[in-house]
Formats: sequence, structure tokens, C-alpha cells
Amino acid sequence: MSHSVFGKILVRQLLLAYRRPAAVLNPLFFFGVVVLLMPLGLGPKQTVLAEFAPGLLWITALLAALLSAEMLFRSDYDDGGLEQLVVSDDSLYLASLGYIVAHWCLTGLPLALFSPVFGQLLALPAEGYLALATSLALGTFVLSAFGCVGASLTVALRRGGMLLSLLLLPLEVPVLILGAGVVERAINGMPIDSLLSILAGLALLAAALTPVAIGTSIKISLEV
Amino acid sequence: MAWTWFHRLGSSPWVYRFSGTLLRFLLPLAIAMIVLGCIWGIAFTPPDFRQGNSYRIIYIHVPVSVVSLAGYYVMAVAGAVSLIWRLKVADMAMRVAAPIGAVLTFLALLTGAVWGKPTWGTFWVWDARITSMVVLLFLYLGVFALYEAFDNKTLASKACAILSLVGTVNIPIIYKSVDWWYSLHQPASIKFTGESTIDPSMLYPLLWMIVAVYLLYACLLLLGLRVTLLESEAKTAWARKVVMEVK
Amino acid sequence: MLESCLLSCKDVAVIRGARCLLSSLDWHLHGGELWQIQGDNGAGKTSLLRALAGLAPQSIEGQLVVNSEFLFLGHKTGVKGDFTALENLKLQLGDGAHYQTDRLRDALRQVGLADYADEFAYRMSAGQQRRIALARLFLVDMPLWLLDEPLTAIDVDGVALIEACIEDQVRRGGSVVYTSHQPLKLDLSSRTLYLPGKGQSPHVA
Repeated sequence: MSHSVFGKILVRQLLLAYRRPAAVLNPLFFFGVVVLLMPLGLGPKQTVLAEFAPGLLWITALLAALLSAEMLFRSDYDDGGLEQLVVSDDSLYLASLGYIVAHWCLTGLPLALFSPVFGQLLALPAEGYLALATSLALGTFVLSAFGCVGASLTVALRRGGMLLSLLLLPLEVPVLILGAGVVERAINGMPIDSLLSILAGLALLAAALTPVAIGTSIKISLEV
Repeated sequence: MAWTWFHRLGSSPWVYRFSGTLLRFLLPLAIAMIVLGCIWGIAFTPPDFRQGNSYRIIYIHVPVSVVSLAGYYVMAVAGAVSLIWRLKVADMAMRVAAPIGAVLTFLALLTGAVWGKPTWGTFWVWDARITSMVVLLFLYLGVFALYEAFDNKTLASKACAILSLVGTVNIPIIYKSVDWWYSLHQPASIKFTGESTIDPSMLYPLLWMIVAVYLLYACLLLLGLRVTLLESEAKTAWARKVVMEVK
Repeated sequence: MLESCLLSCKDVAVIRGARCLLSSLDWHLHGGELWQIQGDNGAGKTSLLRALAGLAPQSIEGQLVVNSEFLFLGHKTGVKGDFTALENLKLQLGDGAHYQTDRLRDALRQVGLADYADEFAYRMSAGQQRRIALARLFLVDMPLWLLDEPLTAIDVDGVALIEACIEDQVRRGGSVVYTSHQPLKLDLSSRTLYLPGKGQSPHVA
């Protein structure tokens, strides 16, 4: 693995996270604190919460992915790591893919794994748990891919999250619709295979295409 | 590792002259077609049996919506050309296409809201078409915001080109998913293949207006391109000459 | 002619946004040459060096050909605080696995970081972090070095070290291009590319 730049970036990012474990927990904490806001804003009625739970959980996932995307390339930009990546012979495509997968492993995957806990807090019916976890696992990969695109476009700008959210959220509309749709259908006892395969298709499409955009954006950001 | 960059001579004077010649025919044609199309749509088409006369706004609403979506693709294609071949004219075309497209999208939303009041009894309904239009508007606004955030405008337009290309791939997915989300919307009435569910007496002026607005879009794009060309080449002899002649 | 050059510029201009930093640069660099890029602040030294490294494709007009592999050392060192000096060196070398750890430690010793090999970089000073990046110079065999202000944040010992390192590279037939306000004190024939700034053509001396 360590011979390709994909593996190198992936291992490096995971190792960095291992050295600073708090950074991995932050998206989970964020998710938890936003879930806390929901009953406070909507009232504690189980039926109300249960009705909105799929949408609320997915919107929270979108925001968590958005906030964690902002710092994605920041330190590599600041310390010159991105420069060295671009001047090296390594493939920027594979490196970008490495960043996406690492970001997904550190944000999307833990969210998917812990999603039943949050589902429980929002009175999500039991039929929705597996659908929620699966749709989050697939959907957050797309979010990580878009997050990398947005982060690579804005890393040199220091304009912060507002700009990034304006760039990313419109692009992430399909993921939200499909993700929340999967959970909704599962709760109503309808089959979800076709929707999940569309989400998986989107993840593959994002994995194939966004690294091109990310590589080009990194080069442009380095020129600023 | 070896690479070469070749200087690409911008053939700006040629583009400026050519677009001027083109506009001399296109602009009167576009305006005439729009005026005729409006008269046709307002005075010479039958009222809708359910909506009465209020439906007539489709002669503005539908063409503007269609062209605002096409405008995003124009912007993205121009952006791709400027990214790959570093063609300055393509770069400018992308920069000009963004505001025109955004204004058209906004017009589409506005006319949709005006149409919605008599039809649904409210200005705003989260209908599939409208929702997709809102997403499109935000895609345009994102491009603006990114452009403004860069100090170096050469790099700004490259970054916007990447963003609009990502958006372009995503737009069909957004439209499909929003359609799926809102399965209660009216079925698309105009199909170029298969049978049309709209009466020909209403369809022909609509198609006429779509062509007219496309033409108008092309004119606006060319006009904007000419201004941007003059601005960016303000120091060159040919641009000075053009400005002196106008004065 | 062009093929024998490591690097050649033909009518190159560097343009940042609406500002032209330099223009009509005709410059050829051969093996075994040492070049200093000189000029006032804002004259475009760093921009030119970054363009040579391929980091500024949108800011360049004209024909620029780089015929060789090169090592680029910018203002930013690429050193990561959460990794040790040794890990950083491995990361920077790209295929760090190919190097024996002893060789890496040796390189760190040569830049005066023998006792810091397993220390986290965030505990080190800016100068020490820069030395980690410089340790690469002892390990890789590249025909062309592009060094941006290599002496920044380096103490007197460090300067002597870098000078020796560059001298060695040039004597081996390699080339070095560096930006600096002051020329290095070397027993080598050094040439200068002076950038007058304001979009003017550079002087080759």
C-alpha cells in the first residue's frame, strides 16, 4: 500500500488523526450536540421527533461533513505539504482519492457506525436503523468527495465556512434527498435496495470524477 | 518530468469585430422575435380551459427557465475551454455567462411565483421545478461568491470553471432527485419526442419564444464579451481606437 | 541546443493577476551551474522560482521547458508538526521506504539534528524544522535544485552547512538555482539573474 501515493496519503492522514484523536471525535460531538437541539426546538414529543428524524439526522450529517471539510487541506497548505505533493512525480488523482477516503474514514464512517445512538435519541423507529447506517456510510462518501473539492478550491482564501457552505450544500442536495428517502422508505416498510444502489452509484461516480477537480483546484490554490 | 507552455496569442480584435458583425443581425432579430412572440402569446392564443389567461406567463417563464439552465452549461463549457486551452476569450465568456444566467434563473423564479399566486393561491410552493430552480440559483451564486473571494482574477475564473464543471455533472442528478422527491408535480408538458399534451395553438408561440430567448441570450453574451474584451485590453492600440471611434 | 539545457526560458513573462512582474526572459541553464536570482522585494523572485517548479502554470506566458527532475524547497518546509523528524524526512522523500533508516538518521546528523530524530517537529524551532527539510539535500540525487531563500531562519552553522552542500552538488555536475538578497560565499563561479521588477526584462550576469 505504502508504495502508491494513495496509500501514502491515506496512512499519513489516519496516522495524524491517531496522534490527535480529539479531532476524530469532534464531528461525532458536533452531531450529538445538534441532535440535542432538535427536541429543544421541536418539543420532546416522540411522534413529532420520529416523523422528522430521517431528515434531521441527514441534515446534521451534511453540516458535520461541511464543517470538517474546512480544515481538510488547511495544514497541508500552510506547512507546504501540498507544494511538495504537486512538484513530486506522484499522481495528484490518486493523492486526492487518498484525501477523500481518509476524510470519509474519519468522519462519515464513525457517524454511520454511531448513527443508531442518534436515531434512538430522536425516536427513530427500529426499522430505520440499518437503513440510516447504510445510507450514511454510502452518502457521506459523496459528501467527503464534494468536501474535498470545496476545500481545495477555498484553501488559499481564508474566507471560512460561509463560502464553503454556499459552494457545497447545493451540490449535496441529491445526497440529502436520497439519504433521507432511504430511511423514510425503510420505516414505511418499503424496499430500499434500488435507492441504496443509486447512492452507491453516486459514491462511485464521485470517487471517479472529483479527484480530477481536486487535483486541478490544488494547483490553482497553490498559485494564489 | 518536462513540460512546455506556449504563449497563446489572444485574437481579441478579431473576436471583437466578428461579434460586432454578428450582433448587427442577431440583436434586431432577437428583439423582433420577442416582441412578436409576446403579441402572439397574449393576443392570438386561446385561454386555458382551467387557468384562464393567467397561464400566458409561460411564454416568459418557460423560455427563461430553459435558457437559464442552458446558460449554466454554456458557462461550464466556456470554463472548460479556458482551463484546458487557456483561451482568454473563453475565460471572459465564462465570466459574462455567470451573471446573465443568474438573472435569468431569478426571472424564472419570479415569473413562477407570479404564476403561482392565481394558480395555487400562494406565491411560493415547494414544487419540483421551482425547487430545482432554487438549487440552480444557488449554484450560480456559489460561482459568484467564489469569483469574488479570489483577488487574482485569472485564478478566480479557473476556480469557477472547476466549480461549474462539477455543477454541470451534478445538475442532471439534482433534477432527477428533486423530481423523485416531489412526485406530485405536473408532468413535463413539452416533449420533442412523442406526443405533446399541449395544444399546438399554445405550443408554437412557446417554441417561438424559447428560440427568441436563446437568441437574446446569445446577444447578451456577445455584448458582455465585447465590453469585457475592451476592458481587459484597454491599454492596447486597437481598443483605444475602438473607444475613440465611439466617442 | 535546447535539449542540452536542464531548463530554458524563451520570451517568458510572469504575470500575477493584472500585474506583470517580469517579461522577455531568455535564459538557459546547463549542468554544473550555480545561479542566484536576485531582486528587490516584490520583484518576482519567488514567483519565478515557483513557475520553474511548475507551481504557477496560470501565471506564465511564453515558452518554459524544464528537461530534468528537480528538487524544490520553498518558503514553507512541508514539515508536519505531528510527525517526528525521521518520519517527516521519510514523508518528504516520497518513497521513503527505499531508504535505510540508518541513512536517514545519518542525513539528520549531517544537518545537526542527531539528537532530535525521534522528536516531534512541533517541539522544534523554525530553524530546526527547516533543517529537516534540508536533510533531503543529502539524500536525493537530483540534477537540479530550486531553493527559495534557503538561508531563512538558519543560524551561522547552518549557513556553512548549506553552502557546503550546494558546493558539493555543483562539483558533482548538478545545478542549483536559488533566490536570495545576499549571494552565498562559495568558491564557485556563480551567475546572477537580476530581476528589476515592474514587469521589466531581467539582466543575466
